[in-house]
Amino acid sequence: MRKIRDFHGGVHPPENKAQSLHGPIRPAGIPPQLIIPLSQSYGSGAVALVEPGQHVAKGEQIARAEGLSGVPEHAPSSGRVAAIEERSIAHPSGLPATCIVLDTDGRDEWIAHHGAEDFRQLEPAALLDLIRNAGISGMGGAGFPAAVKLSVNPANRIETLIINGTECEPYITADQALMRECSVEIIGGAEILAHLLGAKETLIGVEDNKPKGIAALRRAAQGSAIEIVSFPAKYPSGGEKQLIEMLTGKQVPSNGLPADIQVVCQNTSTTLAVYRAVHQGEPLLSRVTTVTGEAVTRPGNYEILNGTPIDWLLQQVGFRQEHCSRLIMGGPMMGFTVTNVAAPITKTSTCLLASTETELPSPPPAQPCIRCGFCSEACPVKLLPQQLYWFARGKEYEKLEDHHLFDCIECGACSYVCPSNIPLVQYYRAGKAQILELRDEHERAERSRVRFEARQERIEKIALARQEKRAQRKAAAEQRAREAGGDGSEQDLIQAAIARSRARRKEQTR
Amino acid sequence: MALQNITSPHAHGPLTTAKVMRRLLLATLPGVVALTWFFGPGTLVNIAWSCLLALGCEALVMTLRRRPVGFYLKDCSALVTATLLAIAMPPYSPWWLILVGVASSIVVAKHLYGGLGYNPFNPAMVGYVVLLISFPVEMTRWAAPLGGGATVTPGLLQALQACFNPATFDALTMATPLDLFKQHGDLTVTELWLQYPHFGRWSGVGWEWANLGFLAGGLWLLYLRIFTWHAPLAMLAALALMSALFYQGGNPGGAGSPWFHLLGGATMFGAFFIVTDPVTSAVSTTGRLIYGALIGVLIFVIRVWGNYPDAVAFAVLIMNFAAPFIDNYTQPTVYGHKRDGGSKP
Repeated sequence: MRKIRDFHGGVHPPENKAQSLHGPIRPAGIPPQLIIPLSQSYGSGAVALVEPGQHVAKGEQIARAEGLSGVPEHAPSSGRVAAIEERSIAHPSGLPATCIVLDTDGRDEWIAHHGAEDFRQLEPAALLDLIRNAGISGMGGAGFPAAVKLSVNPANRIETLIINGTECEPYITADQALMRECSVEIIGGAEILAHLLGAKETLIGVEDNKPKGIAALRRAAQGSAIEIVSFPAKYPSGGEKQLIEMLTGKQVPSNGLPADIQVVCQNTSTTLAVYRAVHQGEPLLSRVTTVTGEAVTRPGNYEILNGTPIDWLLQQVGFRQEHCSRLIMGGPMMGFTVTNVAAPITKTSTCLLASTETELPSPPPAQPCIRCGFCSEACPVKLLPQQLYWFARGKEYEKLEDHHLFDCIECGACSYVCPSNIPLVQYYRAGKAQILELRDEHERAERSRVRFEARQERIEKIALARQEKRAQRKAAAEQRAREAGGDGSEQDLIQAAIARSRARRKEQTR
Repeated sequence: MALQNITSPHAHGPLTTAKVMRRLLLATLPGVVALTWFFGPGTLVNIAWSCLLALGCEALVMTLRRRPVGFYLKDCSALVTATLLAIAMPPYSPWWLILVGVASSIVVAKHLYGGLGYNPFNPAMVGYVVLLISFPVEMTRWAAPLGGGATVTPGLLQALQACFNPATFDALTMATPLDLFKQHGDLTVTELWLQYPHFGRWSGVGWEWANLGFLAGGLWLLYLRIFTWHAPLAMLAALALMSALFYQGGNPGGAGSPWFHLLGGATMFGAFFIVTDPVTSAVSTTGRLIYGALIGVLIFVIRVWGNYPDAVAFAVLIMNFAAPFIDNYTQPTVYGHKRDGGSKP
């Protein structure tokens, strides 16, 4: 048995997972219109390859990756490109983004595609290309491009590959459902990743509240070197840093990456997508998303095409709009609210939570902080949230950085336990944003200072050069005057100049 | 229904500040029962009158500060301050004494510094110290305990009379064991115990039970995780260590046994109800260990070599000064950082 280390803090919010685990994964269907944002991932986004009016087949690439950290996009179903325009998307910023709007034709016709015959014959670089071209970004929520995470500096020999099947957020069961139904493919995906990274050991971490998922994975992993590790449920055990600490006892250095300690993490859904990309040659077109909450009558896990509009999806699951007070993309701990239901489901949408007022009541007004310390007891990073709160309120940015504000993972455990209902995470986000802005401002000021000084120097140099030239010219004139027999006085100089100019004029008129 | 636009987290735990405060009030119960059993209903009248005054003061200040009165009264913090002050005061204190104490606590120590959460000093202890310095006679006149000088305790009516018409009240009072101990340095501990019946088993009839009562309440709060063990345990350990070091086998000039100090005076009340006040203490666990231990040392030092028989209030106030300083040097090692505070390469 592997030794499981505990991480500091953590909370046990009500799980609320049973609601969405009643039936199998169901396909949500093909909506009449799909909206595919061109910036779905953390990276630099994508550039459209199609024109409005063009017909595309299912799986056809419709946008190419921009830069190394971009992710290409593929048509999730066959149809005609209706427009490429700004649409509202589900993003914490609430800002719209350029999207390819696709009118589906309902025929769902695939483009020709085929998988690799034996992935073990492929070079890591070729495998990486396959994954990159399949448009796979991290499906656990953050959306970091999978290929970028997998292209590890060769100096960091990867020891441990961890497949993150923790799913510690309440309500979300998408990965759990996949473990129950697609365990063989998940194990297959893990084998591909292990081969690609040359990892010495491969672990799948799952919270012990998913016994069926664990059993299915164990059955599928029989005969392979992959180890399924279960551990007691505690939020946020699914945080990458926390999971790594639990399974390996190592901590990811601050400002560092897991690869720095020879670990790579991938999410369960991502692993499955890798399997399909390599074995079947299928790009990432759909994902399993948990649609749940008291405001939907048919909660469950749905296979949803990338770009499916939320309002269309909600219609399919029996949305009780009049009861819904909050629509959350993601879980109740780290998800963000969506106010425009025309926005689409994307590759990173783990869960759509339509909650009622009784389910997730509106936050009451905040009371004063009494520094009870429940927050520092709950913080998985061992920060002092109560101190950070004071510093954030006082805009003491140096103190904030000194107290490691930037190590905050925004898991929300502190706000969850705060008896005074203080929206702590909100203060930290604002604090981080302000510090970044200040740094940016400082940098810009520094740049313009350097520019200004350089200009000043240049001007001085030119002025100096001019002065020198003038002095030289004067000296030369004096020299000539002296040669002409004068005593070099001002008068002589003038006389000499007049004589020169006369001589020149004569020359011209001749 | 319009969709709300709120940042995460969306879920919230069940605990509220008012609940924390109410649990704290409930936890004083065993200690208050013990005090009432041995000294009569004086403490109960203290608490009732003090709570009324505290609510009045809080409402008054909140009105002056133009804040919603009801919202702030509901957090029960004024009741906690008032109850702690009332428990610390001698039973059968006159009404005006309690009024001065409560006003100093709520108006001066709490609200003049910005209200709940902003006060650098423990309000109940500020109120107590103001009274102890201004009215030393009234503040050191404790009722004789049942079975340790008194055969009956005053009734409720008498207690009310003592509070609201103090001129007509006359009760049997005597110095507390801590006081006696201080003033009889030439006797050995055994002689002292023989001479005064109210020294009881370890630290005075009534006192030891009141301390055990506050210990029980404190352990319940620990079990509920209202606070962590660090500060109270460090304080008790430091006090026990100091008294063990200076016990000198009970000879004259010695300082009383560890039991005498642990179960005497306001030790347990201080450890679990005053030292644990989160607003005025250090924040990190290491910080709370240092904070608690230094309070324990100070209590012993003031009790034995200082001018006052008990010292919890002074020790706590002095360490309140030091709390921000302690915080500055006791940041926990954050995930992904090395122990020296710098991040790994």
